Amino acid sequence: MDRFTRTPISNQDPKVRATNFDEVCLGYTEEEAIKEAKRCIQCKKPTCRPKCPVNIDIPEFIGHIAQGEFEEAAHSLAKYTALPAVCGRVCPQETQCESTCILGKKGDPIAIGKLERFAADWARKNNIDVGKTKEKNGFKVAVIGSGPAGITCAGDLVKEGYDVTIFEALHEPGGVLVYGIPEFRLPKEDVVKPEIENLKKLGVKIETNVIVGRTVTIDDLMEKEGFHAVFIGSGAGLPIFMGIPGENLNGVFSANEFLTRNNLMKAFRKDYDTPIKVGEKVAVIGGGNVAMDAARTALRLGAEVYIVYRRTQEELPARVEEVHHAMEEGVKFEFLTSPVEVIGNENGWVKAIRCQRMELGEPDASGRRRPVPIEGSEFEFDVDTVIMALGTSPNPLIPSTTEGLEINKWQCIVADENGQTSREGVFAGGDAVTGAATVILAMGAGKDAAAGIDKYIKEKYGK
Amino acid sequence: MYKIVEKKELAPNIYSMDILAPRVANSAQPGQFVIVITDESGERIPLTICDYDKEKGTVNIVVQAMGCSTKKMVALEEGEYFKDFVGPLGKPSDYVNMDLEEVKKKKYIFVAGGVGAAPVYPQVKWFHERGIDVDVIVGAKTKDLVILEDKIKEVAGNLYIATDDGSYGYNGMVTGCLEDLVKNQGKKYDQCISIGPMIMMKFVSLLTEELGIPTVVSLNPIMVDGTGMCGACRVSVGDETKFACVDGPEFDGHLVDFDEALKRQAQYKSEEVKLDKKVEEDCKIEDQGGAK
Repeated sequence: MDRFTRTPISNQDPKVRATNFDEVCLGYTEEEAIKEAKRCIQCKKPTCRPKCPVNIDIPEFIGHIAQGEFEEAAHSLAKYTALPAVCGRVCPQETQCESTCILGKKGDPIAIGKLERFAADWARKNNIDVGKTKEKNGFKVAVIGSGPAGITCAGDLVKEGYDVTIFEALHEPGGVLVYGIPEFRLPKEDVVKPEIENLKKLGVKIETNVIVGRTVTIDDLMEKEGFHAVFIGSGAGLPIFMGIPGENLNGVFSANEFLTRNNLMKAFRKDYDTPIKVGEKVAVIGGGNVAMDAARTALRLGAEVYIVYRRTQEELPARVEEVHHAMEEGVKFEFLTSPVEVIGNENGWVKAIRCQRMELGEPDASGRRRPVPIEGSEFEFDVDTVIMALGTSPNPLIPSTTEGLEINKWQCIVADENGQTSREGVFAGGDAVTGAATVILAMGAGKDAAAGIDKYIKEKYGK
Repeated sequence: MYKIVEKKELAPNIYSMDILAPRVANSAQPGQFVIVITDESGERIPLTICDYDKEKGTVNIVVQAMGCSTKKMVALEEGEYFKDFVGPLGKPSDYVNMDLEEVKKKKYIFVAGGVGAAPVYPQVKWFHERGIDVDVIVGAKTKDLVILEDKIKEVAGNLYIATDDGSYGYNGMVTGCLEDLVKNQGKKYDQCISIGPMIMMKFVSLLTEELGIPTVVSLNPIMVDGTGMCGACRVSVGDETKFACVDGPEFDGHLVDFDEALKRQAQYKSEEVKLDKKVEEDCKIEDQGGAK
C-alpha cells in the first residue's frame, strides 16, 4: 500500500448530480475507511490536533477506525464535538487539521474529514448512543439560536447537568445547517435532524418561533423566566448588497433569500408552496462557499450559471472541493469581473448586468492582491437572474434591545475568549461575534462559551 | 402548534381569527406584524397584527382569501391549529415611543382600504385608550366588503366610510373622501397613517403630499424569514434601500418608491396563479372554504 496516496472516495457522477439534490459525496465504505485510517502514522506529537477548533483527538479516533473499532471512534469524537457528521462534511479541513498532517509533506494528508464523517455516519446508522449527562444541577441556561454555535453550547451544558432551552427564530431548528447549506452538501433528514434529535434526547428543550429582541428580550429571560445565564448564537445577520444601480429590480436576490427558499422552505420540491425564481441564465456575484452553494442550487433548478468574481481562481475564498465540484457540474466562472450596474427591461425585471474587467494590483490589508478596474473594459452580460453572495452584516436586533451589550465598530457583539460579553451572565459566540465565518469556528466558540458559562455559574452560586 | 380559538366571517372571503400565542400577545404593539405557516408544506405569510389580548394570550389576524396560501389559512376552522405563528415582527408605530403630550397636540387621520381596516383598528384603539380622538376613513369596493365598522366607530372620533361604487357612505375612493374633508369641510390634520393595498397607499401619499400632511404607510411586501435575513422585502425609501421587516413595516409615504414596490410585489405572480390552480385541483379547498 502506498502510504502517501489518499484512498479515493466515491461521488455521484457530475452529470447526474447536476440534476438532483442528493448528496454529492457518497462517503467511505468500511473497507475504504480502514484502509485510509491505516495510513495515519499516529504521531506522538500530532500536528493536526492543535489546528482543530474543538480539539478533537484526531489520532485516537483514526486509530480506532484503523482497528475496525467504529463504535469507539464515535465515542472518541463525541467527547469533543456534538456535530461530527456535519463537520466531517462542511469543515474546511484542508486549511485546518489536514493542512499540517505530516504525510502532506510528501504526499496526500490523511482524509481526516472523510474519516470523521464515516465514524459519525456509522454510529448513526447503528444507533450508537454517545450521549452521557451528569445529574441535573438546577441551573437554567437560555441559548439563542440553534445553529452550530448554539447546538454545541447547549450540548456541552446539558451534559454538565444544566437545564437548557434553545430559542430559535425560524420554524425549524438548525440555523445555517438548515436554511443555508444545501441538501446536496449536507442532507437534512439523514444528517442534521438526527443531530438535533440527539440534543433533545439529552434533555435540551427547543422552542421555535421565538425571536429574541421581539418576542422576548434577554432581560425578560433572565428576570422573568429565571435563566441564570444566556448564550447568544444568533448568527450572521443581514445580507449585503453592492450598492449599484438596479439592485432592487425583480430577479435580483440575496444568496440568503435564494438558499432559504430552496433549503428551509423546500421550494425545489413540487409538494411545497414556497416559490423560487431561477430564470434561464443566472449570475452569482461572489466567490465564497455561499456563492458556490447558490450557483450549484441554481444549476440543479435548471439554469445556466455563471459565478462572477472580481479576483482570480487562486483567490476564491470558497473551499477547493466546492469549487472543484461546481466546475465539474458545469458552473461557469467569469474571473476578474465585477458588476457596476444591473439593467432592467420595461417590466422591471433583470435583463443584463453591466460589468467591468479587473486586473490584480498591489496586495491589500487581507494580503490578497487588490482588484483594479481596467478602464474602458465595460461590457453587458445578458442574464435574467442575479444572486448577490457578498456576505452579511450583523443583525442589530439583540444589541438594540439589550441594554449594556457592547458592540464593536462592525456592529458585532463583543465577547472575550470565554464568550463573556459586557453584560453579566450574557455570553456570545459564532458569527454574531466574529462576522460570517465557518461552522467549526462557531462550534469552537459555542464550546468555549459553555465552559465560560459553567465557570461563571459555579463561581457565582458557589457550586 | 397554534390554536385558532375563534373564527368569524367579517365579509365574503374575509375572516377574523384569534390565535392562541401568549408570547406574541404579550409583546405585541401597534404597527407590528406576524408570520403564519398553515401546515408542513406552507409558505411563511406575513400579516399585520389586528388586535391582541394579553390576558387571554391571543392575537387577532384578519385574512382575505386571495392566493393559495391564504385560502389554505381560511380553510382552517375554530379549534384547529396553524403549524407556526411567529412575532411580533417589525418596529412598533412611531407614536408608541413618542412623548404622549406631543402626540396629543397632533390631529391624526387614519386612511384604510379593504382589509387594511383591520390593522388600523388596534392603532385607533391605542389612541382612544389614551383619550385621543382620531378620525378614520375606511374604504371598500362595495358596502358588503366594509369590515369592522362598529368596532372602529366605538374607538374613533369620526368614522367616514367610502365605497368605490357609492353603495355606502362617500361615493368614491378614500382619496376623494380625504380631499373632500380637508378642502370642503375645513378639517385639518397634522399626521396621516394609511394602511391598505399598495396602490391605494401610493395615491393617498400623492394626495397628502399635495395637502402638506406628513404620512406614514404600512408596507406588506414579499418576505421569507421576516427577521432581516433574506432581504426579499427591500424597498427604496428616499435614497436608501430599507428592509421592510426590520426597518419597517411603517415608512414615510412621501419617500417610498411605490412604483418599484408595486413591481416587486408582483415578482411571484405567475407562480401564485400556478399554485392557486394546484390548490383548487388537489386540495379542493374551494369546497371546504365556503362552508363556514
